[in-house]
Amino acid sequence: MAKYLLIESRDPYEWNDVSYFYDLAHGLAREGHDVTLFLVQNGVLPARKSPRSGRLADLAQGGVKIAADDFSLRERGIAVEALAPGVRPSKIDAVVDLMGEGARALWH
Amino acid sequence: MSTAKTLTFLLMDAPYESANSTTALRIIDAAIRKGYHVNVTAYEGAVAYTYGLQKPHQNPIKGTTVEQEKHPNTKDWVAALIKAAQGRGLKLDWLRCGMCEDERGLYENQIAGTRPGSPVDFYKQQVEPADNALVIPCR
Repeated sequence: MAKYLLIESRDPYEWNDVSYFYDLAHGLAREGHDVTLFLVQNGVLPARKSPRSGRLADLAQGGVKIAADDFSLRERGIAVEALAPGVRPSKIDAVVDLMGEGARALWH
Repeated sequence: MSTAKTLTFLLMDAPYESANSTTALRIIDAAIRKGYHVNVTAYEGAVAYTYGLQKPHQNPIKGTTVEQEKHPNTKDWVAALIKAAQGRGLKLDWLRCGMCEDERGLYENQIAGTRPGSPVDFYKQQVEPADNALVIPCR
Protein backbone atom coordinates (compact mmCIF):
# COMPACT_ATOMS: atom_id res chain seq x y z
CA MET A 1 0.00 0.00 0.00
CA ALA A 2 1.40 3.36 -1.01
CA LYS A 3 0.67 6.73 0.50
CA TYR A 4 -0.60 9.49 -1.78
CA LEU A 5 -1.02 13.22 -1.25
CA LEU A 6 -3.25 14.81 -3.86
CA ILE A 7 -3.34 18.60 -3.60
CA GLU A 8 -6.33 20.24 -5.27
CA SER A 9 -5.98 24.00 -5.73
CA ARG A 10 -8.74 24.52 -8.27
CA ASP A 11 -12.40 25.36 -7.95
CA PRO A 12 -14.69 22.65 -9.40
CA TYR A 13 -17.23 25.32 -10.34
CA GLU A 14 -14.64 26.76 -12.73
CA TRP A 15 -12.54 23.74 -13.75
CA ASN A 16 -14.29 20.58 -14.90
CA ASP A 17 -11.07 18.60 -14.69
CA VAL A 18 -11.24 18.76 -10.90
CA SER A 19 -13.62 15.81 -11.10
CA TYR A 20 -10.86 13.75 -12.75
CA PHE A 21 -8.58 14.49 -9.80
CA TYR A 22 -11.34 13.38 -7.44
CA ASP A 23 -11.69 10.23 -9.57
CA LEU A 24 -7.97 9.57 -9.17
CA ALA A 25 -8.26 9.91 -5.38
CA HIS A 26 -11.26 7.59 -5.36
CA GLY A 27 -9.56 5.00 -7.55
CA LEU A 28 -6.37 4.95 -5.50
CA ALA A 29 -8.33 4.54 -2.28
CA ARG A 30 -10.46 1.80 -3.82
CA GLU A 31 -7.26 -0.10 -4.64
CA GLY A 32 -6.25 0.05 -1.00
CA HIS A 33 -3.84 2.99 -0.97
CA ASP A 34 -3.67 5.57 1.80
CA VAL A 35 -4.93 8.74 0.09
CA THR A 36 -5.17 12.28 1.41
CA LEU A 37 -6.91 14.90 -0.70
CA PHE A 38 -5.63 18.28 0.49
CA LEU A 39 -7.80 21.20 -0.62
CA VAL A 40 -6.09 24.57 -0.91
CA GLN A 41 -6.79 27.99 -2.46
CA ASN A 42 -10.04 27.87 -4.47
CA GLY A 43 -9.97 24.11 -4.06
CA VAL A 44 -11.59 24.62 -0.65
CA LEU A 45 -14.78 26.15 -2.09
CA PRO A 46 -16.69 22.83 -2.37
CA ALA A 47 -15.71 22.04 1.21
CA ARG A 48 -18.58 24.27 2.29
CA LYS A 49 -21.85 22.32 2.34
CA SER A 50 -23.26 22.79 -1.15
CA PRO A 51 -24.46 20.75 -4.14
CA ARG A 52 -20.81 20.12 -5.07
CA SER A 53 -19.73 19.02 -1.62
CA GLY A 54 -21.60 15.74 -2.02
CA ARG A 55 -18.74 14.46 -4.12
CA LEU A 56 -16.32 15.11 -1.28
CA ALA A 57 -18.59 13.26 1.12
CA ASP A 58 -18.59 10.32 -1.31
CA LEU A 59 -14.80 10.34 -1.40
CA ALA A 60 -14.64 10.37 2.38
CA GLN A 61 -17.05 7.42 2.46
CA GLY A 62 -14.69 5.68 0.05
CA GLY A 63 -11.75 6.02 2.41
CA VAL A 64 -10.12 9.22 1.16
CA LYS A 65 -8.95 11.53 3.94
CA ILE A 66 -9.99 15.07 3.04
CA ALA A 67 -8.23 18.06 4.55
CA ALA A 68 -8.94 21.72 3.82
CA ASP A 69 -6.23 24.33 4.32
CA ASP A 70 -7.35 26.50 7.25
CA PHE A 71 -5.74 29.65 5.80
CA SER A 72 -7.63 29.20 2.49
CA LEU A 73 -10.86 28.61 4.42
CA ARG A 74 -10.40 31.82 6.44
CA GLU A 75 -9.56 33.83 3.32
CA ARG A 76 -12.88 32.74 1.81
CA GLY A 77 -14.99 33.17 4.93
CA ILE A 78 -15.74 29.46 5.27
CA ALA A 79 -16.31 28.56 8.91
CA VAL A 80 -15.26 25.18 10.23
CA GLU A 81 -18.88 24.61 11.25
CA ALA A 82 -19.93 24.99 7.61
CA LEU A 83 -17.68 22.21 6.31
CA ALA A 84 -19.21 19.26 4.53
CA PRO A 85 -19.19 15.85 6.21
CA GLY A 86 -15.84 14.15 5.93
CA VAL A 87 -13.83 17.35 5.50
CA ARG A 88 -11.57 18.51 8.30
CA PRO A 89 -9.60 21.74 8.55
CA SER A 90 -5.83 21.38 8.45
CA LYS A 91 -2.71 23.47 8.64
CA ILE A 92 -0.41 23.64 5.63
CA ASP A 93 2.08 21.72 7.80
CA ALA A 94 0.16 18.57 6.89
CA VAL A 95 1.60 18.78 3.38
CA VAL A 96 5.11 18.75 4.80
CA ASP A 97 4.31 15.96 7.24
CA LEU A 98 2.94 13.72 4.50
CA MET A 99 5.84 14.47 2.17
CA GLY A 100 8.22 13.70 5.01
CA GLU A 101 6.48 10.34 5.42
CA GLY A 102 7.15 9.60 1.76
CA ALA A 103 3.70 10.24 0.31
CA ARG A 104 3.67 10.53 -3.45
CA ALA A 105 2.62 14.12 -3.95
CA LEU A 106 0.65 15.49 -6.89
CA TRP A 107 -0.54 19.08 -7.36
CA HIS A 108 -3.53 20.03 -9.47
CA MET B 1 26.44 16.17 9.40
CA SER B 2 22.74 16.94 9.59
CA THR B 3 20.41 13.99 9.41
CA ALA B 4 17.42 16.14 8.50
CA LYS B 5 15.38 15.02 5.53
CA THR B 6 15.28 17.07 2.34
CA LEU B 7 12.20 18.16 0.42
CA THR B 8 12.39 19.56 -3.09
CA PHE B 9 9.94 21.90 -4.80
CA LEU B 10 9.66 23.09 -8.38
CA LEU B 11 7.85 26.42 -8.75
CA MET B 12 6.64 27.72 -12.09
CA ASP B 13 4.27 30.63 -11.51
CA ALA B 14 5.51 34.20 -11.66
CA PRO B 15 4.99 36.08 -8.40
CA TYR B 16 1.97 38.38 -8.00
CA GLU B 17 -0.08 36.36 -10.51
CA SER B 18 -1.30 33.26 -8.74
CA ALA B 19 -2.17 32.11 -5.24
CA ASN B 20 0.26 29.27 -5.97
CA SER B 21 3.12 31.62 -5.06
CA THR B 22 1.79 32.30 -1.59
CA THR B 23 0.98 28.65 -0.97
CA ALA B 24 4.40 27.53 -2.17
CA LEU B 25 6.15 29.92 0.19
CA ARG B 26 3.88 28.80 3.05
CA ILE B 27 4.82 25.15 2.41
CA ILE B 28 8.53 26.01 2.27
CA ASP B 29 8.19 28.00 5.49
CA ALA B 30 6.48 25.04 7.18
CA ALA B 31 9.20 22.67 5.98
CA ILE B 32 11.93 24.86 7.46
CA ARG B 33 10.02 25.28 10.72
CA LYS B 34 9.73 21.50 10.90
CA GLY B 35 13.46 21.00 10.40
CA TYR B 36 13.73 19.94 6.78
CA HIS B 37 16.42 20.95 4.33
CA VAL B 38 14.66 22.46 1.32
CA ASN B 39 15.59 22.60 -2.34
CA VAL B 40 13.73 24.92 -4.67
CA THR B 41 14.02 25.34 -8.40
CA ALA B 42 12.36 28.46 -9.72
CA TYR B 43 11.39 27.70 -13.30
CA GLU B 44 9.83 29.88 -16.00
CA GLY B 45 8.21 32.97 -14.48
CA ALA B 46 9.13 31.89 -10.97
CA VAL B 47 12.67 33.21 -11.53
CA ALA B 48 11.15 36.62 -10.70
CA TYR B 49 10.52 35.64 -7.07
CA THR B 50 14.06 36.66 -6.24
CA TYR B 51 14.54 39.59 -8.61
CA GLY B 52 16.23 42.17 -6.43
CA LEU B 53 14.78 45.35 -7.91
CA GLN B 54 11.23 44.64 -6.68
CA LYS B 55 10.00 47.58 -4.67
CA PRO B 56 7.06 48.08 -2.32
CA HIS B 57 4.72 50.77 -3.55
CA GLN B 58 2.23 53.32 -2.32
CA ASN B 59 -1.40 53.15 -3.42
CA PRO B 60 -2.53 56.52 -4.74
CA ILE B 61 -6.10 55.26 -5.25
CA LYS B 62 -6.47 54.51 -1.55
CA GLY B 63 -4.19 57.38 -0.58
CA THR B 64 -1.81 55.14 1.35
CA THR B 65 1.94 55.62 1.66
CA VAL B 66 4.57 52.95 1.09
CA GLU B 67 4.76 52.44 4.85
CA GLN B 68 0.98 52.18 5.27
CA GLU B 69 0.58 49.87 2.31
CA LYS B 70 3.17 47.36 3.62
CA HIS B 71 3.28 45.83 0.17
CA PRO B 72 5.02 42.47 0.36
CA ASN B 73 7.75 41.58 -2.12
CA THR B 74 8.63 37.95 -2.77
CA LYS B 75 12.35 38.73 -2.81
CA ASP B 76 12.07 39.71 0.86
CA TRP B 77 10.08 36.60 1.73
CA VAL B 78 12.64 34.35 0.06
CA ALA B 79 15.52 36.19 1.77
CA ALA B 80 13.73 35.70 5.09
CA LEU B 81 13.29 31.99 4.40
CA ILE B 82 16.99 31.62 3.55
CA LYS B 83 17.85 33.38 6.80
CA ALA B 84 15.38 31.24 8.78
CA ALA B 85 16.92 28.06 7.38
CA GLN B 86 20.44 29.24 8.19
CA GLY B 87 19.34 30.12 11.71
CA ARG B 88 18.19 26.53 12.22
CA GLY B 89 21.30 24.99 10.71
CA LEU B 90 19.35 23.95 7.63
CA LYS B 91 19.89 24.48 3.93
CA LEU B 92 17.55 26.28 1.57
CA ASP B 93 19.07 25.81 -1.86
CA TRP B 94 17.24 28.22 -4.18
CA LEU B 95 18.14 27.49 -7.80
CA ARG B 96 16.96 29.79 -10.61
CA CYS B 97 16.55 28.42 -14.13
CA GLY B 98 19.28 30.22 -16.03
CA MET B 99 17.63 30.00 -19.42
CA CYS B 100 14.36 31.25 -17.97
CA GLU B 101 15.96 34.33 -16.45
CA ASP B 102 17.96 34.98 -19.62
CA GLU B 103 14.73 34.99 -21.62
CA ARG B 104 13.16 37.44 -19.21
CA GLY B 105 16.17 39.68 -18.70
CA LEU B 106 16.25 38.77 -15.02
CA TYR B 107 19.77 37.34 -14.88
CA GLU B 108 21.16 40.36 -13.02
CA ASN B 109 20.18 41.82 -9.67
CA GLN B 110 19.09 38.51 -8.18
CA ILE B 111 19.24 38.36 -4.39
CA ALA B 112 22.15 36.76 -2.54
CA GLY B 113 21.86 33.17 -1.48
CA THR B 114 20.31 32.01 -4.74
CA ARG B 115 22.07 30.57 -7.75
CA PRO B 116 21.49 29.99 -11.46
CA GLY B 117 21.20 26.45 -12.77
CA SER B 118 19.51 24.20 -15.26
CA PRO B 119 16.69 21.64 -15.33
CA VAL B 120 19.46 19.00 -15.23
CA ASP B 121 20.75 20.54 -11.99
CA PHE B 122 17.22 20.41 -10.64
CA TYR B 123 17.01 16.69 -11.29
CA LYS B 124 20.59 15.64 -10.47
CA GLN B 125 21.27 17.96 -7.54
CA GLN B 126 17.85 18.47 -6.04
CA VAL B 127 15.47 15.63 -6.93
CA GLU B 128 17.70 12.55 -6.88
CA PRO B 129 19.22 13.20 -3.45
CA ALA B 130 15.96 14.41 -1.88
CA ASP B 131 13.54 12.40 0.23
CA ASN B 132 10.53 13.73 -1.66
CA ALA B 133 9.59 16.27 -4.30
CA LEU B 134 6.57 18.28 -5.37
CA VAL B 135 6.02 20.11 -8.63
CA ILE B 136 3.68 23.10 -8.40
CA PRO B 137 2.83 23.71 -12.05
CA CYS B 138 1.35 26.82 -13.59
CA ARG B 139 -2.06 26.60 -15.25
